[in-house]
Amino acid sequence: MTTTAQPTATTARHRSVGVAHTRVEGRDKVTGAARYASEQPFADLAHGWLVLSTAARGRIRAIGEEAVRAMPGVLAVLHSGNAPRVMTDYVSLLGPPDPTNALFQHDRVPHIGWPVALVVAETPEQAREAAEALVVEYEVEPHDVAFHADRPDSYVPDDGNAVLTKGDLEAELAASAVVLDATYTTPEQHHSAMEPHAATARWDGGRLDVLDANQGAMWVADELAKMFSLDPSSVRVRSEHIGGAFGSKGLRPHQVAAVMAATVLQRPVRVALTRRQTFAVTGYRSPTAQRMRLGADPDGRLRAFGHEALNLTSTLRPFVETSAALGRVLYDARAHHTAHRLVDVDMPTPTWMRAPGEAPGSFAVESALDELAERLGMDPIALRARNEPTVGPLSGLPFSSRDLLGCFEEGARRFGWAERDPRPRLRREGRWLLGTGTAAATYPSGAAPSTASVTAEADGTFTVRISAADVGTGARTALTLIAAEALEVEPERVAVRIGDSDFGPAWVAGGSMGTRSWALAVTSAAAELRGRLALGDGEIPPEGITAHTDTAGLLAELAKKERHSFGAQFAEVAVDPATGEIRVRRMLGIFAAGRIINPLTARSQLVGGMVWGLSMALHEEAVRDPASGSHIGADLAGYHVAANADVPVIEADWIEDPVPDDPVGLKGIGEIGIVGVAAAISNAVWHATGVRHRDLPLRPDRVLRAEEARTGA
Amino acid sequence: MAPATASAITLTINGEHHTLTVDHRTSLLDALRERLDLTGTKKGCDQGQCGACTVLVDGRRIVSCLQLAVAAEGRAVTTIEGVADGEGLHPVQQAFLDLDGFQCGYCTPGQICSALAVLDEHAAGWPSAATDDIRPEAGPPELTPEEIGERMSGNLCRCGAYVSIVQAVARAAENTTGSAAGGTTKEPAA
Repeated sequence: MTTTAQPTATTARHRSVGVAHTRVEGRDKVTGAARYASEQPFADLAHGWLVLSTAARGRIRAIGEEAVRAMPGVLAVLHSGNAPRVMTDYVSLLGPPDPTNALFQHDRVPHIGWPVALVVAETPEQAREAAEALVVEYEVEPHDVAFHADRPDSYVPDDGNAVLTKGDLEAELAASAVVLDATYTTPEQHHSAMEPHAATARWDGGRLDVLDANQGAMWVADELAKMFSLDPSSVRVRSEHIGGAFGSKGLRPHQVAAVMAATVLQRPVRVALTRRQTFAVTGYRSPTAQRMRLGADPDGRLRAFGHEALNLTSTLRPFVETSAALGRVLYDARAHHTAHRLVDVDMPTPTWMRAPGEAPGSFAVESALDELAERLGMDPIALRARNEPTVGPLSGLPFSSRDLLGCFEEGARRFGWAERDPRPRLRREGRWLLGTGTAAATYPSGAAPSTASVTAEADGTFTVRISAADVGTGARTALTLIAAEALEVEPERVAVRIGDSDFGPAWVAGGSMGTRSWALAVTSAAAELRGRLALGDGEIPPEGITAHTDTAGLLAELAKKERHSFGAQFAEVAVDPATGEIRVRRMLGIFAAGRIINPLTARSQLVGGMVWGLSMALHEEAVRDPASGSHIGADLAGYHVAANADVPVIEADWIEDPVPDDPVGLKGIGEIGIVGVAAAISNAVWHATGVRHRDLPLRPDRVLRAEEARTGA
Repeated sequence: MAPATASAITLTINGEHHTLTVDHRTSLLDALRERLDLTGTKKGCDQGQCGACTVLVDGRRIVSCLQLAVAAEGRAVTTIEGVADGEGLHPVQQAFLDLDGFQCGYCTPGQICSALAVLDEHAAGWPSAATDDIRPEAGPPELTPEEIGERMSGNLCRCGAYVSIVQAVARAAENTTGSAAGGTTKEPAA
């Protein structure tokens, strides 16, 4: 099965959705013509270089500005003593502002890597030299960056969804035939998009013009307008090509710094972060410690489902990594307790990172289910089928569509699950122990209000304008196909323009909600345009005929349901017990994720998510030095992400998943690919070696220690 | 007299000569991007760890962030802007486009330049860590997915497009005749 398109009589003529299309901007990307954030040339461009705190907590005592101002090419040194004041008392599209962005407003240093100054010079080399020469003196205070499960000062965040409970967990655990009580941990992880954050700001005819790479041009424009107390119409943010984002590319210190410097100097200023700086100021995924308590009857029916997830946040703002949310969708139990706790430390504020919550949460939940299946002597897929809910386990709401078992069935067939001997440590191939594992996946399928316009041009083509973002997802191409379908024309006649805040409010590329939100707006604008064209005389004026829409009303009418995509992950690993090396040999993911718009790019996105899961399972771990509070090796040599040779043949595919009441019938696919993968790999490592791993990543030293413990060496 | 901190140099990029005065600290990468408006070559880490800035110098792949611009004088530099033949894409570019060997596209110019060199290195008989028989007389090994994956591992892709990158390089190998990088890759490096 390769496509789930449901062609109608109208689309049969110009079939666009459901057929593989190469990316509309693909030629620009393979020829180097596509320009990213820091690649538009400007005469008179100045270069800003951020200076980040080397102290993990304290106060700035002095900044040696004079010496640096005398250096060649230096134009300005901005810091808390002279920077423009900004507003921080506002709420943006995604909540209150990240305090890290309120640059240079006070002399407090709340964590390592806190921006303390911006040096602006004529050339990047001059700016860098001057920034590195800037002497900042600190009044250093003791800091605390320790994160572990037993922190006595953890607390329940003030958030209505932090804790959800049903039934008596302790009583059901006591009544269970089989009980599992285990703690799983995941480390600090970083987005590490290939393009480091960069922005160029300038004042152009009374308007602030920012060239950036972000997940929502309107989102960033709105925040900048509020922060600098500007009329929203006087701020324009453009973000045509984005070199990866994964949750890290919203408003960040570089845009604010560029706007401040452009305002002070009245000339274009570019601030590009170095790779090391991205580790400090663009957010990260908090480490987690997650206690799972499961209790089941002998037939596998869950009596108790308990998931308590702890993550860290800064002293500035609570950020909850919603690891315990996944169980609220996947499994029902008589007693169902899911809770989040936080601990405040002197570290930067964490943020969303691909599949926030579900990525680390699924490692705990889906590892625990596998452990429970082992103790029950049950097949892991059968255990999941036994606990398949018919309605939302806590909400009681119906699912808009749910075919988790269909994913397992198709996946098991293609992966050869039936031939698997469930006993561990039985398969050998030379020095390698072989094993297979599986896990379930789910991710919410949301949508948020967006506006779009569609113009019928006089030359017979159509132009779609929407403040969407293509961070590599293929959204630009998907929207082209969706618009072509809605207009009943060939995709070649449709030009989709995105990444410009002047196109009006729209949801961001995030939460797997982008394409669904934008598709609703584009189809509804296209429908309105067709209605107007049908009423007209066929003549199109030179300026074209344009229809605008806002989907707020449409979304308000959607019935309240549990709306999620689902999937089944399978992995085969080889483990060398002598070296601790783990190689993933093959992976298969089968997904039920609504209508698939473009099979070519959808497969890339799902496989890419699975590569993230592999990377999370085996490689990714940001290590901090407790003495300095700083990273050890904050770069791509110190922070490992999967390289080409780490990645085997990975297959992703999908099953039919109609969503009857959804106007566009599609769900997001940006995040579900990563969900469950680390558990599937870890479960496979157990199957290969007979040893359970509850801490990520599955490093060679951990495998070796487990081997030693097993043999009593 | 203070020592000079800048020099006038002539760089040969994609067959064109460019004369410019550069700060001695300027990397070849920054000279391309900031001075010559050749922004197709990407800056992913600026310290030789990610491969996004890969270009060909005299037909061999290098990371241009670790090469000073002044050291590139007199050498033939090929960047992504010089890979296509006018409007016609190079078979490597075409394969990346057709097989979706990228997502965000930021690592793509470096991947493509690396792939060009991989095809020449392979044709010249260079072994890799994935090669079983490394005797010089064994000749080029079969370009298996393992061989391609190993040889392309200097180029990180955070979107995780490796599976289709490997497929694209394999297809390009079938569709490329003669030297892919147009360079001087004749024998294994000493």
